[in-house]
Amino acid sequence: MVATRKIKYLIIGNSAGGIGAAEAIREVDKAGAITIVSDEPYPAYSRPLISEYLAQPYPVEKMAYRKPDFYEKNRIKTLLGEKVIQVDPDKHTVKLASGTTLAWRRLLLATGGTPILPEMEGDRLKGVFTFNRLDDAKAIDGFLNQYRSKVRAVVIGGGLIGVSVTEALVRRGADVTIVEMKDWILNTILDEEAADFEVQALAQTGTNIITGHTAEKINSYLPGEVCGVTLDDGRVLPCQMAVIAIGVQPRLEVVSESGIKINRGIVVDRRMATSAPDIYACGDAAEAYDFVYGKNRLTPVWPNAYEGGRVAGLNMAGKSAKYQGGTAMNALKYFGINIVSAGLVTPPDDSYETLINRYNGIYRKVIIKNGKLAGLVFAGDIEKSGIVYNLMKDGVDVSGFKEVLIADDFGLASLPDLVWRDWLVGAPPEGVTVVTSIEEPEELVIGD
Amino acid sequence: MKKVYIKEDVCIGCGLCEVYCRLKHSRSKDLVKAYKKETPRPLSRLRVDESGIVSLSVRCQHCDDAPCIGACLTGALSRDPSTSLVNVDEERCIGCGTCTLACPLGVPKLDTAQKKMVKCDLCQDEEIPVCVANCPNEALLYADAPEESPAANKQAATTVQ
Repeated sequence: MVATRKIKYLIIGNSAGGIGAAEAIREVDKAGAITIVSDEPYPAYSRPLISEYLAQPYPVEKMAYRKPDFYEKNRIKTLLGEKVIQVDPDKHTVKLASGTTLAWRRLLLATGGTPILPEMEGDRLKGVFTFNRLDDAKAIDGFLNQYRSKVRAVVIGGGLIGVSVTEALVRRGADVTIVEMKDWILNTILDEEAADFEVQALAQTGTNIITGHTAEKINSYLPGEVCGVTLDDGRVLPCQMAVIAIGVQPRLEVVSESGIKINRGIVVDRRMATSAPDIYACGDAAEAYDFVYGKNRLTPVWPNAYEGGRVAGLNMAGKSAKYQGGTAMNALKYFGINIVSAGLVTPPDDSYETLINRYNGIYRKVIIKNGKLAGLVFAGDIEKSGIVYNLMKDGVDVSGFKEVLIADDFGLASLPDLVWRDWLVGAPPEGVTVVTSIEEPEELVIGD
Repeated sequence: MKKVYIKEDVCIGCGLCEVYCRLKHSRSKDLVKAYKKETPRPLSRLRVDESGIVSLSVRCQHCDDAPCIGACLTGALSRDPSTSLVNVDEERCIGCGTCTLACPLGVPKLDTAQKKMVKCDLCQDEEIPVCVANCPNEALLYADAPEESPAANKQAATTVQ
């Protein structure tokens, strides 16, 4: 069945990127038909909150990314629980698993990411999970509810997802072992020293961390059930459940045969347009401009998905918007410790300069190349980290004042006034009513 | 909408804006209790940055492009269409700090005790914000913003129309 009427804006994906695009389209085009299709049956929810959900108590309603009337108010049609199986750029159609074909005028691919699953013996056993969507959290929740005694879990992969699920499992009373292939956990988003803040916190919860090893297979004793994980050195970790969290990759199956240019993700230009006319992409599925690397890269983080979706939406609606670029940026709050990082976290070679300040349990580090910031890590106190992030984003030459960026008393006043004057509202406009103190100051009598 | 303007050339960094902000956000509305007794400790929504003779009283500018809203992981940050203010829904905020990292002024402050972010709402229940009302040197002004604020210009640079 082919729909006769073309949908003006079809968005595949109902998360940060898809919502960012829909909101931007509605700012420009109040009437054009928008349809969002997603294989997840839920209204947009905050994906990072699945760990809060699993940790409990956290109601699903509180996970909603937008207010309940969002779709209705913005006149967005949703096809939830519907999977797109194929995109046809020439015919301007998509085919759904249910057999329906949808015709569109402009299409956004905000398909997101999917967990990387290695070929591993035992990966189909009951008790083996991934942790990327609400359904994953529900499945783990259901599994844990079967047990009245302490559950032992092995988390394969010590990245953001691995540590997120670990925190939730620990809060549910499970005994967790993290198996990380590299030398330290969270190694793609934190340097070793900042990651050590997390290692200390995890150690206090009794979590076991094994680094420098990989899981070889997941073992089973009772048919279909997990009884342990065997590592590459032959060690066996007994457990009832395992979570595979070795990483995510762009979800590309719908476009794999479409002819749209793909590198590691869907390649987009600064307008978030793909190689095919009228087709845009954003978020974890897309390879968009990274301002630290100065080239296209996967940066699968929520804020970039939203911003990329916004730019795509504006362009889809006929504006001419340019993506300023994003870079890896993460804010962590596991076990109450706040850490942020952005861009590079360890210098790749000695052409970079690294400045570090350690003070009173607070860690601040910036990485600089040719006078410009290329990365930052703040742990223990993240206040004002946004100033440094935006200096990096705007490509400000910091060579004249780089030491102040990591100083304990760092603030806007530490920067040349040309920098902060731009960011503050500046002088009030001429001729407007200015309100200051309500009361006349009392006359002071010295010695009174 | 009205905004708070900073006249840094007459700001002496006395910190009274911070004191009154904290008092305003205390439960006791008593200065000594607010500073010494209340738990969780009330937090000032603004901060005073100082370096040498320069001091600045910095708070949320409710920017037109508001990068914090797009960065917010949970949807807790949004712009109120009636007031144009950037507001945080404390029920939905998880205190992750992504907004702090995204904000050019670094103003979203984490209340680590409550695991929430707190920010300036320009004292919606007051005629003028308490920081402005109590600035002894008139270094803070509360005035109508021009149509195009600097933040809007910045947005215009990225959005070529």
